[in-house]
Amino acid sequence: MMGVILFAIFATAAIACAINLVLQRHPVTSALSLIGVMGSLAVLYLLLGAEFIAAVQLIVYAGAIMVLFLFVIMLLNAGEERKIPGKSMVSKLIGLPVFVLFLGVVAYLIQTQYTHAGSPVEFDAFTGGGPREVGMALFTTYLLPFEVTSVLILIAILGAIVLARKEID
Amino acid sequence: MNYFLLTLIKAGLIAFVLVTVLAYLVWVERKVLAHIQLRVGPNRVGPHGLLQPLSDLVKLLFKEGFIPSHVNLFFYLLAPFMAVALSLGSIAVIPLGPQIDVFGIKTNLGLADVNIGILFMLGLGSLGVYGVALAGWASNNKYALIGGLRSAAQMISYELPLALAIVAPLLMFNTLSFREVVDAQGGYLFGFIPQWAIFQLPVPQLISFIIFLIAAFAETNRIPFDLPEAENELVAGFHTEYSSMLFAAFFTAEYGHITTACMVASVLFLGGWQPLWPAAYGSDFFPVVAHWFFAAICFWHARQPARSYDRYTMPILGIILFGAGGLFLVPFLKPILVPLFWFLSKVAFLIFTFVWVRGTLPRFRYDQLMRFTWTFLFPVALVNLLITGLLVALTTK
Repeated sequence: MMGVILFAIFATAAIACAINLVLQRHPVTSALSLIGVMGSLAVLYLLLGAEFIAAVQLIVYAGAIMVLFLFVIMLLNAGEERKIPGKSMVSKLIGLPVFVLFLGVVAYLIQTQYTHAGSPVEFDAFTGGGPREVGMALFTTYLLPFEVTSVLILIAILGAIVLARKEID
Repeated sequence: MNYFLLTLIKAGLIAFVLVTVLAYLVWVERKVLAHIQLRVGPNRVGPHGLLQPLSDLVKLLFKEGFIPSHVNLFFYLLAPFMAVALSLGSIAVIPLGPQIDVFGIKTNLGLADVNIGILFMLGLGSLGVYGVALAGWASNNKYALIGGLRSAAQMISYELPLALAIVAPLLMFNTLSFREVVDAQGGYLFGFIPQWAIFQLPVPQLISFIIFLIAAFAETNRIPFDLPEAENELVAGFHTEYSSMLFAAFFTAEYGHITTACMVASVLFLGGWQPLWPAAYGSDFFPVVAHWFFAAICFWHARQPARSYDRYTMPILGIILFGAGGLFLVPFLKPILVPLFWFLSKVAFLIFTFVWVRGTLPRFRYDQLMRFTWTFLFPVALVNLLITGLLVALTTK
């Protein structure tokens, strides 16, 4: 029962923050809404028994990455976005039907593709989300994807350094 | 007893004690700094200025909370709340003592015992930068903005060596729970060397401890790394535009950060509440002896008063200390107070070190600060982690 209430609160918070992220025109507000989304997601992970992923979500996404985002926004002193005047009538007319169509397609896909969509999620049922279990899975079953991903990230870092050096020269 | 009610009582108690201690940390800092600089320090409000925190609080409460007209109001008001909440939140997962038995109720000293306590603490710590960064940005003032930017850059940079320094002892203890970390540091090598992380084989974590302390200085914006509020460059840095209780909130957050950092350091590296020498050699009686020793000093000062009022204040202080020492002999209180004494004295020593460093070292230049962490602290922490990992892998079966 407690799990359902918490889920309702934080799922609503996540969606509200996500909508706010799109609607707001100031980049700092949008960045903070994104932090709200990530924090709410961390609580949802926690509710589903994945405490390690919840903590990593907080440390890596809400902490490190979003601080960098905010840092850049503040450093560039980005102001409010200006609304583009004279939006075309076509987008206003088509927007709502396309959005409804999109929701319908998503709902249809979830109904048909996920066979156990009928069985409800049970909170506190899953207990294998601690650091020990995640570490065991990462370094035994998924060792190759894990290492390949780390090489991929290393390449991305090297690429960033090369690009930055070119700017300086 | 009801788990919810018990947690509520403990949370209230810990919050009350913590906030009082934070207020008095200001007094401690001013007094210690004053004595380092051959001054007297606050001595007007109450004996030895002991009521100074109270008067500061009253002053800050009744001051006009002036909000400049050019600020971004929502974030300007949000920032101090974020700073305080995220700074005081980490105390929830730090254990203060072993399991105790009060009126037949078994409970752990400390609030929550989370199996990922250290990750939770790191998560809250990494969020803590938002308070400072947002305050700097929302103030719409170039000094505040530069302070906030510096703080963000500094915290991202020093979080890496901090996390690496934390990981090294965790490799030895094989757990992420603070309570299990303390339990793993019990016992004595050859019967007298405590198995604290900084003494424990295979790799004494002395280097990690020093790296952790240095990074903690930077994370808490303290001298020698207090660039975000360097007053001779930035007026007061990120809190230039804050007054009244909003300013006090940043102050509380800073002292809260210091307290939690010192608590984490003593849990991870100094064995938490494990005493310095075994109970067989009488470590349980050390708190009594220490209190009575200071009580004796008070009585001696009362006999030869340096100031006229010492004749009355010193005996009172002596009697209080004598009684407090006697509490450690009560069999009912002993299992609660003795571990608390060891834990809190380690924390107090580390906090004293923070003030000591502030009174001793000059401030870094900003480029030195960045170069120091990226080219020295981070590689050293990495090599230390590799050596620890290698030796732990070789020695465990």
